[in-house]
Amino acid sequence: MVPTNYYLLLSAILFGLGVIAFVFKRNIITIFMSIELMLNAVNLAFVAFSQARGQTDGQVFVLFVIVVAAAEAAVGLGIVILTARNRQSLNVEKVDLLKL
Amino acid sequence: MTPQLIIFFVLAAIAVLGAASLIFQRHPIHSALSLIVVMVALAGLYLLMGADFVAAVQIIVYGGAIMVLFIFVIMLLNAGIEERTNASQMARFAGIPLTVALLGILAVAIFRSQIASQPAQLADTHKISLMLFREFVYPFELTSFLILVAILGALVLAQRES
Repeated sequence: MVPTNYYLLLSAILFGLGVIAFVFKRNIITIFMSIELMLNAVNLAFVAFSQARGQTDGQVFVLFVIVVAAAEAAVGLGIVILTARNRQSLNVEKVDLLKL
Repeated sequence: MTPQLIIFFVLAAIAVLGAASLIFQRHPIHSALSLIVVMVALAGLYLLMGADFVAAVQIIVYGGAIMVLFIFVIMLLNAGIEERTNASQMARFAGIPLTVALLGILAVAIFRSQIASQPAQLADTHKISLMLFREFVYPFELTSFLILVAILGALVLAQRES
């Protein structure tokens, strides 16, 4: 069996890479994809804890996270299409209406 | 080095390389394909842990539905190569050290914690379904409502103003 620590460390690394992608990417679609990457990292931690404690709750929570991610992707991509239509660009630098 | 450990390291390397590729690719479609690689590797890890049902849902919903939606939008908007801008200097000088520090703290905390190093066998799909439809039946019903709201929201957002 693989120790749970290894899974948790992999989850942390993937989450960190997701954060870096979220901060560095300029394309609004890629930023959405880095959010999905972070959600995946959290799912891995959920399943690892579920395995470590021998309980089923973690896997049920993963299903809920996946459902919420699907809903978020549907609404988020609708917003992306709307932004691209209004600004003629996918660069987040161009979306600065609330910037001081 | 048991076979499971070898499989874990191979899949983990694929996942981390895919995530790094998501960052370094400049074209959105290449980033999306890298993310699919990460998701398939994670599904393999779930199989390794014995979480068959979660692995299947991961492939079907994440790899099948969500990423197809992403690629569909990328192609619909004809997204080109990302523009380079100089506005992210603060992200470069504050973001990377802070992320590395966060990872270091997490690694120390994970390896100091007293988590069982010999994990138990995971529950099968039968137990998941019992739990989903008994203890978690109200959240489960709420998710259907959430999906309905998401469908309506996506429709309202994407329609053309007449």
